[in-house]
Amino acid sequence: MLFSETTSSGFFFLAPWIVFFPLIGLLTNLIFGGWFMKQPWGEKAIGWIASAASGAAFVASVLLAYSLSLNHGEVVRWTLGQWIHIGELELDWTFRVDTLSTTMMLVVSGVGTLIHIYAIGYMHEDVRFKSDLGRYQRFFVFFNLFIIAMMILVGGDSYMMLFVGWEGVGLCSFLLIGFWYDMDTLARPSWANSNAAKKAFITNRIGDFGFLIAGFIMFWYLKSFQFDQAFEAAKSMPPEIIVAITLFMLIGVAGKSSQIPLYVWLPDAMAGPTPVSALIHAATMVTAGVYLVARSAPLYTLVPQAQYIVAMTGAVTALFAATIAVGQYDIKKVLAYSTISQLGFMVAAVGMGAFVAGMFHLATHAFFKALLFLSAGSVILGLERGHHHLAHHGHGDHHEEVFDPGDMRNMGGLRKTMPVTFWLYMIGTLALAGIFPFAGFWSKDEILLDASLHYPTVYILLTIAAFFTAFYMGRQIWMVFFGQPRHEAAAHAEESPLIITAPLMVLAALSVLGGLLNLPFEGFHNLTHWLGYTLEEVEGLPLNLQVAGISTILALIAIAISWFIYGRNPLKKGQADPLKKPLGLIFTGMENKWFVDEGYWAVFVDRYIDISRFLADVIDWKFWHDFVHDKVIAGTYNWLANIALNDYADQKGINAFFDGWGKVTQWLSATTRKVQNGFVRSYALSIMLGVVLILGYLLLK
Amino acid sequence: MVPVNFYIILSAILFTIGAMGVLVRRNPLIIFMSIELMLNSANLAMVAFSSAIKSFSGQIFVFFVIAVAAAEVGVGLALIVQIFKSRHSINVDEMNNLKG
Repeated sequence: MLFSETTSSGFFFLAPWIVFFPLIGLLTNLIFGGWFMKQPWGEKAIGWIASAASGAAFVASVLLAYSLSLNHGEVVRWTLGQWIHIGELELDWTFRVDTLSTTMMLVVSGVGTLIHIYAIGYMHEDVRFKSDLGRYQRFFVFFNLFIIAMMILVGGDSYMMLFVGWEGVGLCSFLLIGFWYDMDTLARPSWANSNAAKKAFITNRIGDFGFLIAGFIMFWYLKSFQFDQAFEAAKSMPPEIIVAITLFMLIGVAGKSSQIPLYVWLPDAMAGPTPVSALIHAATMVTAGVYLVARSAPLYTLVPQAQYIVAMTGAVTALFAATIAVGQYDIKKVLAYSTISQLGFMVAAVGMGAFVAGMFHLATHAFFKALLFLSAGSVILGLERGHHHLAHHGHGDHHEEVFDPGDMRNMGGLRKTMPVTFWLYMIGTLALAGIFPFAGFWSKDEILLDASLHYPTVYILLTIAAFFTAFYMGRQIWMVFFGQPRHEAAAHAEESPLIITAPLMVLAALSVLGGLLNLPFEGFHNLTHWLGYTLEEVEGLPLNLQVAGISTILALIAIAISWFIYGRNPLKKGQADPLKKPLGLIFTGMENKWFVDEGYWAVFVDRYIDISRFLADVIDWKFWHDFVHDKVIAGTYNWLANIALNDYADQKGINAFFDGWGKVTQWLSATTRKVQNGFVRSYALSIMLGVVLILGYLLLK
Repeated sequence: MVPVNFYIILSAILFTIGAMGVLVRRNPLIIFMSIELMLNSANLAMVAFSSAIKSFSGQIFVFFVIAVAAAEVGVGLALIVQIFKSRHSINVDEMNNLKG
């Protein structure tokens, strides 16, 4: 290990351990997990080992952040080893400890640890509902692998190391979306879940293509992948190159952070178990794109036109996804579209140059969206429990029908049966809706404030999105927790145990208090100050009562409208959504995700299938196989082998030659055998003649 | 002193007679006798040269030749006896089993 000068004090030697701790957990569960699973305490051991591994990474992150604060936020690089040294390119496995990366490390490992602990309880029940206990171990191995990859992503000191983590989290996302790969979300045998996993993976590959192109351009012109060197080189580059780099990077961001036009994978990613949705598809992995833009802040600030495109992408995504969330019935789908929408907020923020606001919202969103997802998981488990309770108590015909525990139309009235989850969900909802003084209020208003100052269009889009956010969350609360149960399973729902609710309480506390990270008052700009060490030119904006007031009032109005529609007259069993009638086609669009998936199918996927089929049938089979292979190659070969080689070279050449030799030999022996006539006297005569000849020669020469 | 040429001529005449006998006669006994004649013509030539150049090596060589001839006759006569026992004939022209 190489020591850099500034690492002599503090805990910076822990930098690689943010990866090694989860790695130890992964290896332990991978090697000994099978044996653990045979023990009565095995599941707990696996879960707690994985959680402890993630927790150790969190402790390491805290110590790193503490050392960094003692170090006045100076960047510290910790090189673990050489990676690629070719020509001018020098890439090392270097961990970068600065205020931005430690912020991400704290969020990832902190929220990650809580979700690990939650998953101990959640997966315990999930593997039983799906009758495959063996996958418990696999889940935690994947989960630790995800923490490893995410830590590499946020801890790397170069774009390529970031890319290693970027691909690693993509792999984990694929593995965990397809965790129940042989069934659909309702545990029926099907490939729906693995198709969702493939969709996520392939969509992300399109984004990664953009990232790679950005990387290639960067390498070609900036000559380095290392952050500081690249930023330094960028200052003397023509802006077109920086625009190209940043916009191709935006494709990567759109893929990973689920922005228009590549957001379509995230709703399907809800096929994964709920802790996966919370950790990977809400709190951490999908924020990697936001982190990437924030990390590349020196590049983006060079080119305002690219910034504008990024900001508009985020803003349009925020509004678009929020409208879809209004028309969804699946409790997790609503949250998925909400996540896309909130990611839009973050991308808009970092696009506008409000990097601190984006990171602030990233952190608070990690808290309250993880809380919401995990609470939704608790609700789903509660309904599953109710459903099993029914199945085991004489209501025999119930397990015949397919019961969807995630469908909000099956819920209702859960406030009474699951009170703890209800209150936790309420806190998450209020935080997400941006109600004072919850965390979401502060972070969202910071984004809106920045937008109002710089990009009025973005501000308007985001404000409308915020209105929809409050509305669909209100709708969800009324549908799930209020009114009468619309299904007997909801009536018999049971509250989740402490192992599930305890991490939620921590997250709820963070959702309430998360705003303290960066209050918009003089002296309280903690995060601004902290990130200011890494990101230059950050300003701590004061509270703007107009912006905050408008968004809060809009949120309250939205909640009031949602109460008017869904709370006052609770949905009846089998009743259509009350918005369906007045909104008509618009609601049909919202319900069906504006037919984007169908559009993508028609425009891209079907054409792709057509091309594939054409390539397979015509090009590959008819042309390559039938014509080139069979006719040309095999035909020529046969002709050559039969006519040229067999008939001429072999039969008439080699064969004839050796046949000739045989004939000569036969003729020769037939002739010479006559000399051996068996008469001794004739032999003697020949000897005599020979002697006479030799003597004659010797005498006469 | 008889000149050495005379001995050589006598030796050549004897050798020729012996060679003709080997080639012409069919009785193996006669053939043997002819071989002896050829051997002895060679002996005569060697003895004559030995005397002419005043060296004993030729004479000693002759003793070897006589000894080998005796051994040869011993083997040859035994062969003839065996052939006669199996074939009741000693005509060499009838013994052509090895012809090609």
